[in-house]
Amino acid sequence: MCPCVTDHPNAGGDDRPRFAYPGAVPALHAFANPARFLKIARPLTPILWWAGVALIAVGCWAGLTQTPADYLQGETVRILYIHVPAAWLGMGGWSSIAVSSIVFLVWRHPLAMIAARAIAAPGAIFAALCLVTGAIWGRPTWGTWWQWDGRLTSMLLLFFVYLGFIALAQADRERDGDGRIPALYGIAGTVLLPVIRYSVVWWNTLHQGPSIGLTGSSIDRALLWPLPIMLAGFSFFFGAVVLMRMRTMLAREKAEARLRRRARA
Amino acid sequence: MNPWPFVTGAYALTLVAAAVVAWWSWRQMRDAEK
Repeated sequence: MCPCVTDHPNAGGDDRPRFAYPGAVPALHAFANPARFLKIARPLTPILWWAGVALIAVGCWAGLTQTPADYLQGETVRILYIHVPAAWLGMGGWSSIAVSSIVFLVWRHPLAMIAARAIAAPGAIFAALCLVTGAIWGRPTWGTWWQWDGRLTSMLLLFFVYLGFIALAQADRERDGDGRIPALYGIAGTVLLPVIRYSVVWWNTLHQGPSIGLTGSSIDRALLWPLPIMLAGFSFFFGAVVLMRMRTMLAREKAEARLRRRARA
Repeated sequence: MNPWPFVTGAYALTLVAAAVVAWWSWRQMRDAEK
């Protein structure tokens, strides 16, 4: 039987936390209460949305007009400012699915699976955008749209893994499953993330090596500065989309639970 | 090779796709929360 949000011990109209998880982290469950989540999500959605739109607008303006052309790649380097955020969200989206899946499996909170399902479609779209913008960047830079090298192929695999998760989560929901199989799949899919990250180190690829790391970047500051703006903008935008999708799913679950109660009455 | 069609094409595609995702998500949310 599907552990519906509205049947959950933490569901309900009031904000008092009613924890039924001995040994669990109370703070985590306080935020996982659907009523409390909605109380935070409703005002947070437009804030994230407008912050994301504003930062993306500034980042596009800066990336297209305020930075110099690269000495080697020329003007095509400007694709960096949308390609890197797309890759960041494609990989970050899957990391979030994995974390949500762990939370779901450990504490059995259905809001975690709703979060994973909400992240999957925008994550897949950004993984696809990373592949397409990379191909558009590759044509004038490498002379080819596509190469079956480690980085490109592993990113393509991540896109297919996203599609698999979407199909599996949908099938699980339609069959009234308990969500464990998509959650396990969400955790298993993380093996791809280090492969994508280190593919340019492990194999001789057409894709350039790692140019941004924890200790710094090999990209000149004159070219790099719009990138954090775009990363922040797209991250806020992604957050707003995920919140909208979670609110949609919660509203539908609530409506379905109401129908079930009426059918039983 | 003129790079600008590639640059503008990549930006346009990303921004249009992002706008469609946002519009679709907002519309679904609005309908569900009615």
